[in-house]
Amino acid sequence: MQFSFKSVAVALAASTMLAGAAQAELTGDLRIFFNDQNPAPKEAMEGMVERFQEMHPDLNIELTLIDREANKTQIRNYLTANAPDVNGWYAGNRMRPYVNAGLFEDVSDLWDGPMGEELASTRPALTLDGKQWGVPYSYYQWGIYYRQDIYEELGLTPATTWDEEKANCQVILDSGRKCYTIGTRFLWTAGGWFDYLNLRTHGYDFHMALTAGEVEWTDERVRETFANWRELIDMGAFIDDHTAYTWQEAQPFMVNGEAVSYLMGNFVVAPMREAGLTDDQLGFYQFPEITPGIPKAEDAPTDTLHIPAQAQNKDNARAFLQYVASAENQTIVNQTLGQLPINRNAEVADDKFIQAGFEMLSNATGGIAQFFDRDADAELASAAMEGFQEFMVMPDNLDAILTRLERVRQRINEN
Amino acid sequence: MSVTTETDQRGWWRRNQMRAAPWLFLAPGIAFFALYVIFPIFQSFQISLYRWDGLGEARYIGMRNYHELLDDPAFYTSLRNNVKWLLLYLLAIPGGLFIALFLNQQVRGIRLYKSLFFFPFVISQVVVGLVFAWFYNPSIGLFNPLIGLFGLGPMNVLGNPNTVTYGIIAAGLWPQIAYCMILYLTGLNAVDPEQVEAARLDGAKGWRMLWYVILPQLRPATFIAVVVTVIGALRSFDMISVMTNGGPFGSSRVLAYYMFEVSLSEYGFRMGYGAAIAVVLFLIMLVYIAFFLWRMWREERGY
Repeated sequence: MQFSFKSVAVALAASTMLAGAAQAELTGDLRIFFNDQNPAPKEAMEGMVERFQEMHPDLNIELTLIDREANKTQIRNYLTANAPDVNGWYAGNRMRPYVNAGLFEDVSDLWDGPMGEELASTRPALTLDGKQWGVPYSYYQWGIYYRQDIYEELGLTPATTWDEEKANCQVILDSGRKCYTIGTRFLWTAGGWFDYLNLRTHGYDFHMALTAGEVEWTDERVRETFANWRELIDMGAFIDDHTAYTWQEAQPFMVNGEAVSYLMGNFVVAPMREAGLTDDQLGFYQFPEITPGIPKAEDAPTDTLHIPAQAQNKDNARAFLQYVASAENQTIVNQTLGQLPINRNAEVADDKFIQAGFEMLSNATGGIAQFFDRDADAELASAAMEGFQEFMVMPDNLDAILTRLERVRQRINEN
Repeated sequence: MSVTTETDQRGWWRRNQMRAAPWLFLAPGIAFFALYVIFPIFQSFQISLYRWDGLGEARYIGMRNYHELLDDPAFYTSLRNNVKWLLLYLLAIPGGLFIALFLNQQVRGIRLYKSLFFFPFVISQVVVGLVFAWFYNPSIGLFNPLIGLFGLGPMNVLGNPNTVTYGIIAAGLWPQIAYCMILYLTGLNAVDPEQVEAARLDGAKGWRMLWYVILPQLRPATFIAVVVTVIGALRSFDMISVMTNGGPFGSSRVLAYYMFEVSLSEYGFRMGYGAAIAVVLFLIMLVYIAFFLWRMWREERGY
């Protein structure tokens, strides 16, 4: 790991300069690979770069936008050859392969300053082996988005307990609709369901132990989680043929009123609004309690920026990450993204769903999980999410699925 | 005497020019073939003996990857699907033949019809995959209304583990039939009209004419059609990637896709295991390649 005295000195200098509101003129190059080409993230990132450029007119910034999915495989190539100075990735265990291979720069020095206090809520998510490996710029809540107007029509109120949730679902099914839309073609959507069912059935600590590979998949407690899931599957709560749809293709069912709710991340709001749902029609509620008394934990995936270990202009990169983390920047960026800022001094946008998410996450006493495929080892994540999809279609295969997953877990732990 | 000394006095180059020239011309090809084909084969063998995430240190684990492969249900699913692909893809050959026979006539605008039939081969496999994925889509696709006309129930072709592979093969057959058709159309141009005439005088018609007179003359075309179809079936990667990503729950994977998935996809960091799958796939293909070479050798000796 490269950890030069110079970089520490510069970082310290940079943080004091920010505190003193002095402007250090940066020169040279700064190459950024950002991992999203969608309109809102693109605008947010370009805005960030533009403002940073104004602060440092002599700096030559080069921004490359990479498709979100393409980046997931390209990152291996660009981190090992021709590395940029800053790259976009995700928090949690998804950093693990690159941290282990020494491809991410240790940025603990940035976190030691006041920035670390401002970003304290996500420090655990960016920490591996006791060091911090990146800086977050945004996160978003998960929860149940539902058709408020259909709920009103059926005389329902959002559930707070598992029994209420099932009772509501039965009413919805009796009205000829499906309770939940979902598209499992890309598997991860089923991971969201597992996360919430497991977090609510056994709590945050058990969920983290399971995703970390410390609990056997054939454990009775895992079966309890699946038993709860099965109740919904046996009711016919999910839309038919979900294996054929992507998460986007599952939206029309809710927009057309054929399905009433969607367990999803807050990024679903923008396309729903574009599809014509007003804020009176679209509502949000927290995933209900299952086992009484367990503190509620939530999924809130964090989007992050990192410095590759082979970056050429690490000092410029550090200064940029400092700016990314600042309250001023996070306020603007998250207003554009429609997501939540991590810096506690940043302002939360005045939007129904963002406000709801902010309140929910501020009171998430159980803990904040990243998401199944960011908390679990990559190999386990892929095998498990495939198992979740199989379970949703053929719940009777549960034993075979769990045995398979247990084998994967044991093999990973052998390493 | 003086002649031999004269030849001996010529330089090495002049003496061996005739023998060396072909090798020199072949040298760039051989060098690149060795570098990009032969060498990676051995490299794959080597990597398959390691546990390696593609980024960090590789660790030697002997034959463990192969042992694991032996009781990996996903491996057997992929292998079964490979066999399905190989067998069903061969349907493209009779399919292409009959369309070619049908189009092999002199009618006004026949060139237009031929190009229309050839069209699916021109568009990219990825586009074909996308079009068929929409076609099969249970909520917006045309497939369900279509089979509804025959009183058949709605099907989720790509979302059902029992039908998904057949659905993808059907999509793959569309361009492959067009390809075989073109091969046969050119083959039909070379059919000797005098032989056809003679057969007709002898009273051959219909199937007998096709089987005993036309088909034997189309043998070169058939041979090429088999070769390209088998190769097409074995590299069926792109369609699967576009249409299902190997899903639902891995039931439409073939070995090539499974190899990609474990070693290079979003969650794939197992280079050693992927290499082991590649080696197995290579050995399977080697059987086919050996058969192919043996046949070529036999035919060259025969004539």
